[in-house]
Amino acid sequence: MAKTKAEQLNEETTQNLELSRKEKQNLKKARHIDSRPFAEISDLKIRRHSKKKKRINRSLGGDIALFVFLAFCGILSILPLIMIVNNAFKPLDEIFKFPPNIFVRNPTLNNFADLAVVLGTSLVPFSRYLFNTVYVTILGTFGHVIIASMCAYVLSKYRVPGGAFIFNLIVYSLMFPSSVTATPNYIILNSLGLIDTHWSIILPVVGGSMGLFLMRQFMNGISMDYIESAKLDGASEFRIYLQIVMPLVKPAWITLIILNFQSLWNTGGTTTIYREDYKMLSYAINQIASAGVARTGTLNAVALIMIIVPIAVFIFSQSNVMETMQHSGMK
Amino acid sequence: MEQTVQKEEKKSFKEKFQDFRKRVDLWSRKKPLRRKIYLDRFLYLMMFPYVLLFFTFTVLPVFMSFILSFTDFNMLEFPRWMGWENYLNLFLEDPIFITAIKNTLIIAVIVGPGGYMISFVFAWLINELPRHLRAVVTFVFYAPALTGAISIWALIFSSDYYGWANSILMKLQIIHEPITWLRNAKYILPIVIAVQLWMSMGVNFLTLIAGLKSVNKELYEAGAIDGIKNRWQELWFITLPSIKDQLLFSAVIQISNTLGVGAVTTALCGFPSVQYAGHTIVNHLSDYTSNRFELGYASAIATLLFIASIGLNSLIRKLIRKVGS
Repeated sequence: MAKTKAEQLNEETTQNLELSRKEKQNLKKARHIDSRPFAEISDLKIRRHSKKKKRINRSLGGDIALFVFLAFCGILSILPLIMIVNNAFKPLDEIFKFPPNIFVRNPTLNNFADLAVVLGTSLVPFSRYLFNTVYVTILGTFGHVIIASMCAYVLSKYRVPGGAFIFNLIVYSLMFPSSVTATPNYIILNSLGLIDTHWSIILPVVGGSMGLFLMRQFMNGISMDYIESAKLDGASEFRIYLQIVMPLVKPAWITLIILNFQSLWNTGGTTTIYREDYKMLSYAINQIASAGVARTGTLNAVALIMIIVPIAVFIFSQSNVMETMQHSGMK
Repeated sequence: MEQTVQKEEKKSFKEKFQDFRKRVDLWSRKKPLRRKIYLDRFLYLMMFPYVLLFFTFTVLPVFMSFILSFTDFNMLEFPRWMGWENYLNLFLEDPIFITAIKNTLIIAVIVGPGGYMISFVFAWLINELPRHLRAVVTFVFYAPALTGAISIWALIFSSDYYGWANSILMKLQIIHEPITWLRNAKYILPIVIAVQLWMSMGVNFLTLIAGLKSVNKELYEAGAIDGIKNRWQELWFITLPSIKDQLLFSAVIQISNTLGVGAVTTALCGFPSVQYAGHTIVNHLSDYTSNRFELGYASAIATLLFIASIGLNSLIRKLIRKVGS
């Protein structure tokens, strides 16, 4: 076998060599024939033309106009965030400068030092708020990803009696704002004895419908062949879900992580949690902000800290999605 | 002695369980639907945790709020039946609710289609960019919704000389005294709409980008051969029909977002806003829930909001389905 392979390879390389030799000869011939002045330039022109032909139906003017428009709107969109980043490093005299400038001139870390002082004097240690937020975010995000994708797998790949009905309910639940269910949710959480615990924030998020919907739609694209062949090998449903389907839908669960992380990171937990040491980061930060003008510098530092984590998660997961798209090899 | 007894008990429990399973098995063979449910029992087990949470925190609350909307309820006493009185009070004796409806409608009419179009146009433009640039630009446009950084807008529209909007306008000699942006009933609604538009490129935006990315490139080549001349024709005849599903999903999200506007107004203008100029239905709802504890009344508002969103959604869904065909 190995010998034949080597022979094949040899043949191929010789063929390739011959082909390239022929091409070179042809090129030489062409140059020889094409004796017009500036033949090389016209050659270039041809090449450019062919390159242009690859992008069908595009005019250069339209491209430029749209790019300028995109750049302008992009600046408008990102400008407030640039301001947040710069403000965090501004000394006091620059914060209250009139008229204000966008970029910081003499960056300092004073605002962060002030923040540390403020947090050091608070009743509940700051690390406690941070821990609460991280705890709720991680538990809620991963709980939702695991539980919702487990359900999505069944809804997407099997026709169980009642499955279509449940999916219809989920679609309908996407259609109204979450405030509709806020009041009864409070009553339900109260009767379950979950008020004043972190579960009052985690459980409703884990039962959210957006992630399940996205996951189910994504799973529809997976061929049933994978699952059936795994079944022939004797794998249980749960194992198929965990070891075959989940790796295939990596982009989908990364998307779910982004969405849930973002909403949970910004929860203050003010409606269902009354105990001070159970409250979240965003609540603590609003408390600092409410002190007014004197805390402007501190507030700027805090704003930066609050936005930096979701941004980091998004950038990390976006590149991950790209990577999976490149490696997945599915069309 | 004791150990053997325990073992026997365990054994008998196992046997009992197997007996029970056999009985259920036999029972399930009598009707095809029963049989299917029995055979799919592991699938149901996998669905169970999510479905339980979904019913507890989404389906049950909708029914509860419908029933509670006919009662007077304050969490402490047992709900008292009121009939239609809550609804009558809402429309006849609550002028603030009428203001809230008006504001929500204005916001919905502008931000709903506006945000949707913006999301689509940018997703479409971004899709034309080379891959690495595309990732960066996607982040740039998604960042406002990602960070939810409303606080910076409070700084921009601050009422004193130091507010960015004020200082720029005064430098340009357009105004001579600072405007109290967020404390002036005239400016509150436009500012809320602007901020909401700024934040409108969220999940629907990502969905549209993903949809556009997945459009089969061969379709464009085929279209070019069939005589499609420019990018507008390409958009209308190829792109839009291929991403119809994403368009629909994105519209659904957009509607529930616009009808759910409320957090932005509270964060920017405080609660209640001056002369209720930025008061939305959701603000009214949360006011009666968490401040006044009139849960029956709040449930009536929630039920109305629910009916409005479902109605609007089915209307838009019909529209989008027609556009493609």
